[in-house]
Amino acid sequence: MINIIWLGMIVISLIAAAAGGRIDLVTETIFSSAEQAVGVAFSMISIMTFWLGIMKIIEKSGLIRLVVLLLRPFSALLFPRLPRNHPAMNAILMNMSANLLGMGSAATPFGLKAMQALQQINDDPETASDEMCTFLAVNTSSLTLIPTTVVAMRAASGSTNPAEIVGTTLIATFAGFVAGIITERFLRRFTAGKRR
Amino acid sequence: MLQSLVQTAVAWSIPLFLFVVLLYAAAKKVDLFATFTEGAAEGFQTAVALIPYLVAMLVAIGLLRSSGALDIVTSLLSPVLQKINLPGEILPLAFLRPLSGSGALGVTAEILQDHGPDSFIGRLASTMQGSTDTTLYILTVYFGSVGIRRIRHALVTGLIADFTAFAVAVAVCTLVFY
Repeated sequence: MINIIWLGMIVISLIAAAAGGRIDLVTETIFSSAEQAVGVAFSMISIMTFWLGIMKIIEKSGLIRLVVLLLRPFSALLFPRLPRNHPAMNAILMNMSANLLGMGSAATPFGLKAMQALQQINDDPETASDEMCTFLAVNTSSLTLIPTTVVAMRAASGSTNPAEIVGTTLIATFAGFVAGIITERFLRRFTAGKRR
Repeated sequence: MLQSLVQTAVAWSIPLFLFVVLLYAAAKKVDLFATFTEGAAEGFQTAVALIPYLVAMLVAIGLLRSSGALDIVTSLLSPVLQKINLPGEILPLAFLRPLSGSGALGVTAEILQDHGPDSFIGRLASTMQGSTDTTLYILTVYFGSVGIRRIRHALVTGLIADFTAFAVAVAVCTLVFY
């Protein structure tokens, strides 16, 4: 799947560039995009290091048990087969709390930690597990209470009421979230055969 | 009122979170400094392990944009949009949002600049920008960090969720702002 998408993206781009007389932009884009990718990874080092340190403190102090307790109804519904006290559950709930509270920089480190923990209980390390797919459906829908970046952008461009889109955004986000969860549950059985 | 409330909440969330976490841990007699550095040590490896996946995906997305392939799709589809009373300028945002976080932010900023943040299209773009995340980027990073190669239905799921969020954004914004 990922092979076809990647190949498709590149081949279509090359054809479009050739047809549109933009072939000279191809090499330039490859290098600038690659550089951008490395830049993203490097800026992640600092954020990951800080938040994974805090995550460890949250786990060791037992504060995580409070978070788990608060979000239990939610997590039992989303991840019925994941043991309640599994490290993956801790990280998943921290990731979801960070997203909800608008702490985007903290959400990714917690999320990657969750993926590592989920990978440890995955039977086939090259194929996504059901829980991973659910977790990504939660994350790609960016369930958040306050869309901080957009509100800041609107304020910067001189809006008289930057926060007026909070309500409409919440409704749209929640609809996307529900659609993602339902779709994931439904499609599971059809792709299960791809597991070994 | 709501605006200043939101801005205050944003500014306070991380400081307050740290305050609670650290004081709670101190009260529980956690060895704070050693625990922090123990957890933080994993940060570097995890971030560096992402580089190959990020390069692969961002180069492909960069090519889609600079080659004009995305513009071609947009111009083919915009007459359809105008039939349902939607401004065609919103289309590049809908296409870019799941692919490229910085690209979508750029388009949103452009729309806010050109039409004003309080115009209908400005509000719609803001809602769309805030209502989903960069699906392809998240899949790349999250699966890449643990070496998953067969992603099963994760991409389809993410895109259906994005599409739903966009459709609902259009419906709700039309209802509230139009």
